[in-house]
Amino acid sequence: MNPRSEPLGGAPLLQVEHLTMRFGGLVAIGDVSFEATDRKITAIIGPNGAGKTTVFNCLTGFYKPTEGRLTLNHPHKGPFLLERMEGFTIPQKADVARTFQNVRLFPAMSVLENLIIAQHNVLMRASGYTLWGLLGLKRFRQAEAGSVDLCRYWLDRVGLLDRADDDAGNLAYGDQRRLEIARAMCIRPVLLCLDEPAAGLNPRESAELNQLLLAIRDEHKIGILLIEHDMSVVMGISDYIVVLDYGRKIAEGVPEAIRNDPTVIKAYLGEAEEDELPPEVAADLARERASQAEG
Amino acid sequence: MDYFLQQLINGLTLGAIYGLIAIGYTMVYGIIGMINFAHGEIYMIGAFISLIAFLVLGILGITWLPLALLIVLLAAMVFTAFYGWTLERLAYRPLRGSPRLAALISAIGMSIFLQNYVQLLQGARVKPLQPVIPGGIVLMEGTISVRFNYIQMMIIAATIVLMAIFSLIIAKTAMGRAQRACQQDQTMSALVGINVDRTISMTFVMGAALAAVAGMMVTLYYGVIDFFIGFLAGIKAFTAAVVGGIGSLPGAMLGGLLIGLIEVFWSAYFTIEYKDVAAFSILILVLVFRPTGLMGKPEIEKV
Repeated sequence: MNPRSEPLGGAPLLQVEHLTMRFGGLVAIGDVSFEATDRKITAIIGPNGAGKTTVFNCLTGFYKPTEGRLTLNHPHKGPFLLERMEGFTIPQKADVARTFQNVRLFPAMSVLENLIIAQHNVLMRASGYTLWGLLGLKRFRQAEAGSVDLCRYWLDRVGLLDRADDDAGNLAYGDQRRLEIARAMCIRPVLLCLDEPAAGLNPRESAELNQLLLAIRDEHKIGILLIEHDMSVVMGISDYIVVLDYGRKIAEGVPEAIRNDPTVIKAYLGEAEEDELPPEVAADLARERASQAEG
Repeated sequence: MDYFLQQLINGLTLGAIYGLIAIGYTMVYGIIGMINFAHGEIYMIGAFISLIAFLVLGILGITWLPLALLIVLLAAMVFTAFYGWTLERLAYRPLRGSPRLAALISAIGMSIFLQNYVQLLQGARVKPLQPVIPGGIVLMEGTISVRFNYIQMMIIAATIVLMAIFSLIIAKTAMGRAQRACQQDQTMSALVGINVDRTISMTFVMGAALAAVAGMMVTLYYGVIDFFIGFLAGIKAFTAAVVGGIGSLPGAMLGGLLIGLIEVFWSAYFTIEYKDVAAFSILILVLVFRPTGLMGKPEIEKV
């Protein structure tokens, strides 16, 4: 059985094929292929500078990939080729949401508004591009009430309902992180891309985050793509793991397999194999060892 | 006292006009951090379009005043908004992402271009319009009677109504929310599915529509316009926006009123020649003591 085509038995929601991203001479990602599945948490891990965030930036339209194809098989709307879409249409049409490594909220807006903004397109349509909304037509008010309900639901889920009217910039760091996830969910995504959601969280908050992500996966039946450094999070909740190092995929598989994979351990612990060193360095090293052995 | 009251009314009227123009500056600055120096010219074009609309209505024989005013208002807003949209599309959008100075120079270029464009098409001579809304009410009889002209009432009323509508748009509608979001973080706005380019275009359209109203009011109020009125009015309105705190909508209105009142009172009690000096001195004074303007929020750097 080919593990790539059917990671854990579901339909592939996201297919990344031969993704390459070059910045001038620097190959940030080289020929990476993997899949993310509906109702599964797929983690992308790797040492710093492995190209994890670059993968996200390609997926969400920040970068146009140099090569490769990114297909999102939307369960209701059919396939989208993400690499060909203009930035804002990816969340708008393909329903892909993302969060950032460093939290990016709208600090001068209230917590509730930060979520309502994610309903922008629904509300724009309902308000007839502002004209009817200004007249307070019933249809718009219903749509707005529906959006507010959705936002309140997510505020409740992340435990921020009582802070709804505070400015988002005044929230504590952990709260801001959860709010960012809630905002991403208010887009009603089919694929949620989380860039290090546990960064800077204390162990208790981190455990709560795990619960939240599992609940999102199970109750809302969407795919989650996760970049994470915190191994307790990665090993605790991911269904499938893709390991990148220096922009290349070095391993993929279920958590137990990855935990014991020698290439992964080597990438993380930085064990330098002599046959991977440049030949002249390896030769020097061998000579040194030989002289030491003699001495 | 009566003299003071009369000047107060005049000052509020002028201030309302400055405020309407200043909103365009402040909105554009808020969203793309650029001073749209061609905004004064947009206002001038609004004045010309309303003048043309009045003349066309006169030819067509539509003389019932409320209807005529409404048609002129809508025509001026729509056509001027189109100019605003085109301006952004041609002169600023291609420069998005380039250094701010490039867009600024492009704005100055557009300002010169639009002045010459109107001068070529309409001629350099002053264009008159006979008083459309004559009369007014006399508030106080005396050696100097205090008059509150209907046109002044209309200007102040229209300004209040428009301010209310636009504040509502910014605060309550999806469009306004998107504008505020783009002010804070354009990248993130795109990631929640907001079409940032369209939102910026809409900001220009809204600013231009308000400038068109100011242009129409000035045409009605003074009865003369020429291709150069945009320059000084633009700079005054820009001053108003900065005094009020650039980026702040109520600030722009407050700044406009302040500049209008100062200008009028200075000409009334001191020398009319130095009224512009007085207005710009206020700018300097405010910036010395409150660098962010009266209602602007200081940018706090988080460490």
